[in-house]
Amino acid sequence: MSSKQIYQEVILDHCKKPRNWGMITNPTHKAEGINPLCGDHLWVSMTVVDEKIEDIQYEGESCAICMSSGSMMTTKVKGKAFADAIALAEQFRSLTTGPSAADEAKELGSLTVFSGIRDLPSRVKCAMLPWHTLTAAINSKDEASTEGDQDPVPGSGTQKT
Amino acid sequence: MVEFDVERIRRDFPVLATSVNNKPLVYLDSGASAQMPQSVIDRINHYHQYEHANIHRGVYQLSEQATAAYEAVRTTVARFLNVADTSEIIFTKGTTHAINLVAHAYGRKFVHAGDEIIVSHMEHHSNIVPWQQLCDEVGATLKVIPISDIGELDLEVYERLLSDKTKLVAVTHVSNVLGTVNPIKDMVALAHAREIPVLVDGAQGAPHMKVDVQDLGCDFYIFSGHKMCGPTGIGILYGKRHWLERMNPYEGGGDMILSVTFEKTTYADIPAKFEAGTPPIVSALGLGEAIDYLEAIGLDSIERYEKVLTKYATEALSDIKDITFYGTAPNKAAVISFNIKGVHAHDIGTLLNDDGVAVRTGHHCAQPVMQRYKVPATTRASFYLYNTIDDVDKLVASIRNAQKIFS
Repeated sequence: MSSKQIYQEVILDHCKKPRNWGMITNPTHKAEGINPLCGDHLWVSMTVVDEKIEDIQYEGESCAICMSSGSMMTTKVKGKAFADAIALAEQFRSLTTGPSAADEAKELGSLTVFSGIRDLPSRVKCAMLPWHTLTAAINSKDEASTEGDQDPVPGSGTQKT
Repeated sequence: MVEFDVERIRRDFPVLATSVNNKPLVYLDSGASAQMPQSVIDRINHYHQYEHANIHRGVYQLSEQATAAYEAVRTTVARFLNVADTSEIIFTKGTTHAINLVAHAYGRKFVHAGDEIIVSHMEHHSNIVPWQQLCDEVGATLKVIPISDIGELDLEVYERLLSDKTKLVAVTHVSNVLGTVNPIKDMVALAHAREIPVLVDGAQGAPHMKVDVQDLGCDFYIFSGHKMCGPTGIGILYGKRHWLERMNPYEGGGDMILSVTFEKTTYADIPAKFEAGTPPIVSALGLGEAIDYLEAIGLDSIERYEKVLTKYATEALSDIKDITFYGTAPNKAAVISFNIKGVHAHDIGTLLNDDGVAVRTGHHCAQPVMQRYKVPATTRASFYLYNTIDDVDKLVASIRNAQKIFS
């Protein structure tokens, strides 16, 4: 497929005007995400009350795929319980790495614009990084990485050479 | 340029006639791996079909022929580098393997606590990490030659870094990101004045220019086959006999011994001492064929042609709005690194692929260079003897298309 189909309006819109951009002062949960392939580097910070994401922000330096994925992620998980956010992250992973579009979950909604990324294996990690970082923040791990992530193209760039 | 028939050369490379996304392939990543001409592919196939046998030990004809063919490549490589003593040519798996070989075999013998090793800020990770590991292990210190804004080494600082503590200078011939061609001969002279040996990472040098190691004077010169129209899995370590003989063996195993008992092993002389186990025989033959191919065209002609192409590409790319170049040294090889404001290098790379244009994006295994210029990544176009003005025009057009999508 043409990657121009990936770089469609909704992605470019979120890339140019990222939502929930920034860092929460005194967050209850926070994590840093790194993708050594592109040098994508971002932070997710959250205010959590009773395992519910009351507020979430992200910021960093990244490619358009990662930037827009992060922006859309924050709009989707804000106000969600941890369990629901983790379930959504899992659905997003299936969407971007799964064998076909048939199992796309309804909850993903506008996130389905990322379904085409599965045809660009070297860029899957870019879309997944914000979600990895979200999961890391939920689990209060300090740092997320695409290291060790199941890689559709072995050696496509997650190695820290 | 009349004498350089690039269209004829292109016909030697089957892959250049293929398409990507229904667009003719524009291959601009030879700095990572160069494509192989038909003659190299045929040489590899012929070996697999009719010549395959292990070398050095068989007394039957097939093995003796394979041995002769393999050793003939050693002679070819020696001639290619203007090395008089063929035993000074060691076959390795590639540049990284060769540098690690020296870091172990030279480093663990001659580098001790308190000593220093000098590298430059523009090295590929493969010429940083093995030295870092060595320093950590023995308690030595890594010293770094800084680079200027245009991407040249600061030779004044280099001269000051050289001291009685320095046990090795490890520097790249040509930067894989900035394209800078370093003044190796001068650097070697400065180091040798203090009897310090110099290792040169020639991965981006040997494919693109005539290399005469006697003229350069360096103690080690290293390069890979797959960046010069050969196959992967083969690299060359040239080392001065004086050092190779005194160095420890690196890997132990078959072929690198004179005799083995459970009490004591006596090692073979060079080059066998450093070639334990069955080597990548077919890759060596492919490299030999690649050298023959490049020499038939002429390394001087290739270098001249690449300079014309690089000049044209630099000028054409300069017209693109919001482009920043990294590495603008006057003495520069056919490597152009750049960024487009507002578009991440990886998005450029993905969008260029739509137009069949293959470029490298990322940190190019040279993260210190990225840190020096304060960028997370760059896009790199690298050219070789089969690239054309038309390739450059397609690159420029494709970048403009990508820019439009993001505007």
